[in-house]
Amino acid sequence: MSDQSLSLQQQVKENIERGRPMQITAGNSKLFYAHEISGEALSVKEHFGIIDYEPTELVITARCGTRLQDLESTLAEQNQMLAFEPPAYSKHATLGGCIAAGLSGPRRPFAGAVRDASLGIRMINGTGEILKFGGTVMKNVAGYDVSRLMVGSMGTLGIILDTSLKIVPRPETEITTCYELTERASISRVNKICAQAYPVSATCFDGTQLFLRLSGTESGVNKSLDMLGGETLKDATSFWKDLKNQRHSFFNSTKRIWRLSLKPATPPLEIMGEQLIEWHGAQRWLTSDQNPEIIREIINQHGGHAIIFKNAKEDDLVFHPISGILHQLHMNLKLAMDPKCMFNLYRMYEGF
Amino acid sequence: MTYTHATCIDKSPLVVLSSHSGYDLRMAIYKGPVNRNGISKESLVHSLKLILPKEAVLFDSEDTRPYECDGLSAYRVNPWVVALPETIEQIQAIMRICFAHEVPVIARGAGTGLSGGALPRENCLLLSLAKFKTILDVDPINCTARVEPGVTNLAISDAAKPHGLYYAPDPSSQIACTIGGNVAENSGGIHCLKYGLTVNNVQQITIVMVDGELVTFGGSGYDGPGYDLLALFNGSEGMLGIVVEITVKLLPIPEHARLLLAAFDDIEQAGKAVTAIIAAGLIPAGLEMMDNLAIQAAEDFAMVGYPIQAAAILLCELDGNTDEVTEQIKRVKKIMRKHQASNIRISETEQERLQLWRGRKSAFPAIGRLAPDYYCMDGTIPRKQLSTVLKKISELSKKFDLPVANVFHAGDGNLHPLILYDANKRGELKRTEMFGALILEYCVEVGGAITGEHGVGIEKMDQMCVQFGQLELQQFHAIKAAFDPAGLLNPGKVVPTLHRCAELGRMHVHNGQLPHPELERF
Repeated sequence: MSDQSLSLQQQVKENIERGRPMQITAGNSKLFYAHEISGEALSVKEHFGIIDYEPTELVITARCGTRLQDLESTLAEQNQMLAFEPPAYSKHATLGGCIAAGLSGPRRPFAGAVRDASLGIRMINGTGEILKFGGTVMKNVAGYDVSRLMVGSMGTLGIILDTSLKIVPRPETEITTCYELTERASISRVNKICAQAYPVSATCFDGTQLFLRLSGTESGVNKSLDMLGGETLKDATSFWKDLKNQRHSFFNSTKRIWRLSLKPATPPLEIMGEQLIEWHGAQRWLTSDQNPEIIREIINQHGGHAIIFKNAKEDDLVFHPISGILHQLHMNLKLAMDPKCMFNLYRMYEGF
Repeated sequence: MTYTHATCIDKSPLVVLSSHSGYDLRMAIYKGPVNRNGISKESLVHSLKLILPKEAVLFDSEDTRPYECDGLSAYRVNPWVVALPETIEQIQAIMRICFAHEVPVIARGAGTGLSGGALPRENCLLLSLAKFKTILDVDPINCTARVEPGVTNLAISDAAKPHGLYYAPDPSSQIACTIGGNVAENSGGIHCLKYGLTVNNVQQITIVMVDGELVTFGGSGYDGPGYDLLALFNGSEGMLGIVVEITVKLLPIPEHARLLLAAFDDIEQAGKAVTAIIAAGLIPAGLEMMDNLAIQAAEDFAMVGYPIQAAAILLCELDGNTDEVTEQIKRVKKIMRKHQASNIRISETEQERLQLWRGRKSAFPAIGRLAPDYYCMDGTIPRKQLSTVLKKISELSKKFDLPVANVFHAGDGNLHPLILYDANKRGELKRTEMFGALILEYCVEVGGAITGEHGVGIEKMDQMCVQFGQLELQQFHAIKAAFDPAGLLNPGKVVPTLHRCAELGRMHVHNGQLPHPELERF
């Protein structure tokens, strides 16, 4: 347990005074993600530890440098978990990185994303002030929801010090069933199932098979399984864990790996490359060397957005371009939180 | 009878503001600098009539009177002008006019809000979204509905029902409150513990900005590009923009739901039972508590068979497939027994389930019959603090000589104490407000928040000084300015000025330092 808040604040203030922009680091498990940037490295790794955890309050508060695996094993001891199943691309992945990147795992469509679990935050803004927003209660509408704004902002708005997350009980039973289907049939089938009251907690289509995880009470899951049929997957726990942490062989590609966010029932995309489909169609991973502009054009036509998640080339725009008033608002917010552009400049977009 | 949250304090009399010293300060500060806009009322009306049908512009004080307050009806200001547009283009044109002439704009849905978020101010334009009542699209395959902001919360679920779907957040005012207002307030409801608040159930929104520009936040899937402006906008109380279109997530209607009612002779045992249910790994669809005064009032009103002798009752709803619910109901029953529940009733039919809910859902108007007026509070607390907080409320109740009934969203720690008073008795509203303020401040003290679902509006501006320090408030002002640099949208609400907090002497002491020593103290 180590509270480094004041020392971090001191470093930030010094860097601000000397006009030295910073890049925030911790476990370095996501170095492949987002634009490479320069700047004074500011590591929050030593600011770790669980501050408060009372299982019956369904909330955990921990410092940003806390390793995800430590946090998750603490929760598991009490038969609880983070509902959004955070991906951890290495054992060094931290809670702060998880919040800053805002990435959620297979359970997201059914149990909410990182931002949904985010209840409160303590942070350092771009003027070196320590601020506290939200709290540890489930419902809190006092002031603007800065805790959730910070989720997925890639450290461009400030340094996350501590965060409070909503937690949930682990389901009593989980069973995965699978079917051999074409892509088109899989998208249609999975969306029909998700529109009915089945206890689905994850879905994946790997190109040949649709995997469907059911979670809940033993009787509830078994009853649904009877109705849904399919073949039960053995060793399902490691299947979903590998998928979440991108150890699945699909992610071994050296091509650009895209994360496409779409309407779930969007029909198969006419893009060259391999795809792996999660979130009943709403999150599609694509490995492709096709021209990024063409890919984004297709995704735009479907009303989605596309991120080059991994293996981006040097001049690639990693995040889906934004323009006009939306771009202006991003700039304004960046300046509202970090007026001198001290943090992670250009991590997400040019100019902020 | 139909019931809306708006009835919460509807019985408050029309108040002549200046005669009640209790809220002079609040109103005076709220009004702020008057008449910044250089445009006359006549020319504003003239400009609006060029873009709107004649009947869509109200300016006679008699015509604008219905818009003088929202559900917090103790505060009333007759708006300068009311505009009732029908299209997004009209809203954009209205905003351009107001932006050019620096006329403040206050958006309003159904006016059921309980914190004065839609309270007009002098020389403002009140923008009613009442005509935006169209459900544009229900997409049963992607499980979404695209709706206009004036659509009521319940209408969405009604439209989705033929597809076996529904919209989960269900504020008690759901038959009247609009989805646009729900987004502005990040409304909750009885089922939030399991299904989340508005922010967790909205996928995309289209906003008209203060200068009339149109922008979309969120995405067609589960997320959008860039920062999560969708999350920031939810609960922003009309301060950042005007929401003109909303895509909500729909959920499959659970196959089965049952409600268990348990009575307790000791309120502390009821609180412990709540904790035990959560500790057992159960997440009920709803978990509500009522204290004795609330039980008696509800039973008198709804006659649903609540045990009127009980110190507290718990209402616990489980949903899912039939086998799952049957199993979980058994477990909950066992827990309630273990915590000395004196009486347990389980709904056997859908009709009985709804009947048992009816008592809880009519609690507010029922309590309203116990006194000429009541004031509804909205604090949140860590569940474990429940008995401490209830004890404190009961002490304060004696001290202020005002009875309190407690209704509690026990599952998510959201407490609604209802203070009974008589506004016709001199000074009683003022005393009630002081009492309410102390309850909210105590919620902060035990680690909770001043508002769980009703919003800050003008009502809890002073408590914002308790909840936050000057640095956080400054950050809020900066965020507001990122959207609305001239401060024209719902001005003077939600985030108090530092000066105001200093005047109230309620500012947080941050890191042992007295906040903003540069300001004079009064």
